[in-house]
Amino acid sequence: MDTHLPSPHPSPGGRGRSPVGTLARRAATLFVVHGILIAGAVFILLPFVWMLITSIKSPAEIFAVDFSLWPKHFNAVENYGFALQKVPLLRFAANGVIVCAGILLIQLLVAIPCAYALAKLRFPGRTALFALVLMGLCIPIQVPALPLYMGLAQVGLLNTYFAIMMPFFSSVFAIFLFRQFFRSYPDEIIHAARLDGMSEFEIVWLIVVPSAWPAIAAFSVFSIVAHWNDLYWPLIVISDTHLATPPLGMMFFADAETGSNYGALTAAATVLTAPLVVAFLIARRRFIEGITMTGIK
Amino acid sequence: MARVELKSISKSFGGVPVLSGIELDVADGEFLTLVGASGCGKSTLIRIIAGLEPQSSGSVLINGAPVDHLRPHERQVAMVFQSYALYPHMRVFANIGLPLMMSRLNLFERLPIIRMLSARRRRVMAEIESEVRAVTKQLQIDALLERRPSQLSGGQRQRVALGRAMVRHPAAFLMDEPLSNLDAKLRVHMRTELAELHDRLGTTFIYVTHDQVEAMTMSDRVAMMDNGTILQIGRPGDLYMRPANLKVAQFIGTPAINLLPAKVSSAGSVELFGAELPIRARRPAGSAMTLGIRPEAITLAPLGTSRPGMHLLPGRLRRSENLGPEHMLHIDLTSPASGTIICSVAGDHEPLTSDSRGLALLFMPSACHVFDVEGHRIDDVEAASAAAAPSSDPHARAFGATLCPLLPKAGEPCAPCGGPAARTS
Amino acid sequence: MMASAVAIAAPVPVVRRDRQRLIEKLAGCGFAFPAFLLLLLTNLVPLAVLLYLSFTNYELGALDTRFLGLDNFRKAVTDPVLRRSLANTFVYVAIVLPGAVGLGLLIAVLLHRRKRTRTFYEVVYFLPVTSTLIAMATVWQFILHPNLGPVNGMLRAMGFGEIAFLSEPAYVLPTLAAIGIWQLVGFNMVLFLAGLSAIPRDLYEAAEIDGCRSGIDRFLTITWPLLGPTTMFVIITTSITAFKVFDTVAVMTRGGPMGSSEVLLYAIYLEGYQYFHMGYAAALTLIFLAFVLLFSILQTFVLERRVHY
Repeated sequence: MDTHLPSPHPSPGGRGRSPVGTLARRAATLFVVHGILIAGAVFILLPFVWMLITSIKSPAEIFAVDFSLWPKHFNAVENYGFALQKVPLLRFAANGVIVCAGILLIQLLVAIPCAYALAKLRFPGRTALFALVLMGLCIPIQVPALPLYMGLAQVGLLNTYFAIMMPFFSSVFAIFLFRQFFRSYPDEIIHAARLDGMSEFEIVWLIVVPSAWPAIAAFSVFSIVAHWNDLYWPLIVISDTHLATPPLGMMFFADAETGSNYGALTAAATVLTAPLVVAFLIARRRFIEGITMTGIK
Repeated sequence: MARVELKSISKSFGGVPVLSGIELDVADGEFLTLVGASGCGKSTLIRIIAGLEPQSSGSVLINGAPVDHLRPHERQVAMVFQSYALYPHMRVFANIGLPLMMSRLNLFERLPIIRMLSARRRRVMAEIESEVRAVTKQLQIDALLERRPSQLSGGQRQRVALGRAMVRHPAAFLMDEPLSNLDAKLRVHMRTELAELHDRLGTTFIYVTHDQVEAMTMSDRVAMMDNGTILQIGRPGDLYMRPANLKVAQFIGTPAINLLPAKVSSAGSVELFGAELPIRARRPAGSAMTLGIRPEAITLAPLGTSRPGMHLLPGRLRRSENLGPEHMLHIDLTSPASGTIICSVAGDHEPLTSDSRGLALLFMPSACHVFDVEGHRIDDVEAASAAAAPSSDPHARAFGATLCPLLPKAGEPCAPCGGPAARTS
Repeated sequence: MMASAVAIAAPVPVVRRDRQRLIEKLAGCGFAFPAFLLLLLTNLVPLAVLLYLSFTNYELGALDTRFLGLDNFRKAVTDPVLRRSLANTFVYVAIVLPGAVGLGLLIAVLLHRRKRTRTFYEVVYFLPVTSTLIAMATVWQFILHPNLGPVNGMLRAMGFGEIAFLSEPAYVLPTLAAIGIWQLVGFNMVLFLAGLSAIPRDLYEAAEIDGCRSGIDRFLTITWPLLGPTTMFVIITTSITAFKVFDTVAVMTRGGPMGSSEVLLYAIYLEGYQYFHMGYAAALTLIFLAFVLLFSILQTFVLERRVHY
């Protein structure tokens, strides 16, 4: 014990510091921390800022050799006007809304009862179905895409909204997520509802679903973000410009219409990116929760 | 070992004061308990002593030297957390040995993989191992060294946390509600064990709890905190027998002290339900007072009994709770008095309570605690003549002055509080 | 749906229990059926068809389809295009994985203790996750433009030469990977932040009292070991996401220049939907699936083991 006599005084090897030293140290730490964070933030924000600025610049300034950050002449009306006239940007956005809403609606209608059955009901084939769901979690859309494409081509359904939405109607992910959520729902309430004479159908939609709101909201955010931004599948089944979803529309636009009209191109990018980004800025918590809760992208 | 002093420590979180002007002097080897309801600032205070939280003003001294500029590990204090804060990914050995590895190995000897290159590390680790074993042997957990915290029971985790604190031979142990996560039975057991550990180590202990029983049973001295200040500091018996404040009186003791409304009579003494008590109020006539009587300070007798020197309140039994060694009686006071009194009676009380006419509650006026409107204790010269020292200084109040009414025989010391018995007149 | 009709109180308890069993069975099957049917149509049947296709030389619209056995797979093993695209995909993953995981961890650790500025940085770093990657890829293309882009403008101003980020074979994959990192950092950061906030504050305080002096000590003693499960999870999700890279390649480089950015999914896309070599594309898809499953199995294996204390 003697060897460890307390010595609160700054010992030779100790690191006693004066208050000023501590302050300086803290300031230095803050400086380094924010330095790194800001450098990263600049990297992250660069394309957003450049997109917004270019979308209001005139072609002359865009092509000027000595580049400037802030435009001298505002060309916003022309750029956005050109983008909106030349390509049906609003149509792309509307397609995005239709596709996302349709997919989400059917996903919820299909997945919620199934998840409830897997979580709370005993029926033949339950284990097999759940195994199927788990397996489905590992299969990305690119795998069944080829046969699905052939099937749709066979029945002449390419270039329809149905074709864009069809592969996503049954979301294994939604089933899995809701099952986990429903499992923690108290059995007593379900038993009580049965004793009160409610049918299983009513129990699902009137009793269980209202309490599953956080999971539904999280999944909705995940589903909308995924399908608004999806390119692979729409690219395969849609060639008609009027049915293009936002990313596909953007691709068409970048290919054909503008060539190197960067002002209009960035204006279009702004219009198509804005809805989700604005929604994200409004419902920040829900978005982060939704996308991360789901984990798998 | 160390003396820990706090000099006018204040702390506020975003403008909200949580501690104001705390003065405390913990002697070398003393077991001091900070007790109070949650939110009174006791945990913040112990965290300031540990250096985990900077104080807004004031100074912490260890062995007479200010340690405000020192970081937690440099203050030579060890802390036991309420949650134990054991490292879940380390085995018991590493949990206990970590403070030693941190202080005796340099950064390179601690880095994964690179550390294998060091020959010195092996030597130091052997040293550490023997020290860890010595500590775990003391705590009887030497069989658990290879387990992880999740494989331990609550009591075992508690011991590992203690071991981690002990292995450094700190100047002082700081304990933040270390027993509150244990079940009731184990808590009673660990209480004894901690007190014995303190006796054995002889190191300064500063202990935080909201449980007045822990405070009363383990400590040399207790500091009762409320709303960021220390209301009273003294030996456990002091706080029980001479609470300096109404809040202290209410907090310490189970069942809680009985409080009755009183006022200052025109003659300047305390008036209870129209009758004057021989206690000088030292406050203006007519001002409100609160009279406190401990449940065990009341003697029951059939109605109509009177005893010289004792004050009488009439009452009727409402409920009786049998606790085995004693009965807890809930008594409704009857006119002219009103209110409910809890009184504890040892052994059998049947003859008394079967009397349907009612009961006489008898108590010595000197056993009463009188508080003014602000809750400050009023010391009556007559009842506590020996307490000559000014009441503002807790240290000056000699314990010998207080009289214990628990035992009727004069001259015998009172077992629970250690004070001399009340003088019966 | 069919269960809605069967909610009549039965008088006899025994019958009632049997009826309850029956109702549960019927309701369970009824509820699960639509999902099962859709799973069958969109997953199981396509998978079977895919397997069959991979043994044939089927081409869309072709009349004679022959059964080839394992020929498609034999061809794939020696196919220089597939080899190149697999190699490119792995190079891409090899850059994105440490970048997105390491930076995500770094940002999360720095951000964890910030109070006032945390929300701001969180929003900024998460922004790319929600934005439409195709639109942002177009903007990146412009930013990296040899003459017009600000990056090369900056390089010129600093006296370096221009760098053709997207048309120089040596630079194109790292450039795409940087954009991949740009998109994933925020996502990983949020996962790490969730992991960090699950570490009790007490442990850091105990470590501080036990003598963990510096940030490095704290990180090595507490943060890193306790973040282990989160880190494994992030590593695997990032690997899978990076392995599925397609969007940026399709918009920005189309596999060029000279195939130097052709990745696996893009190769499959070309074979299947541009050249309509369905049989061969099916075989490639199965190879793709094998890799994804490998990652997924790794994930379940690791997540099973994650409760190691």
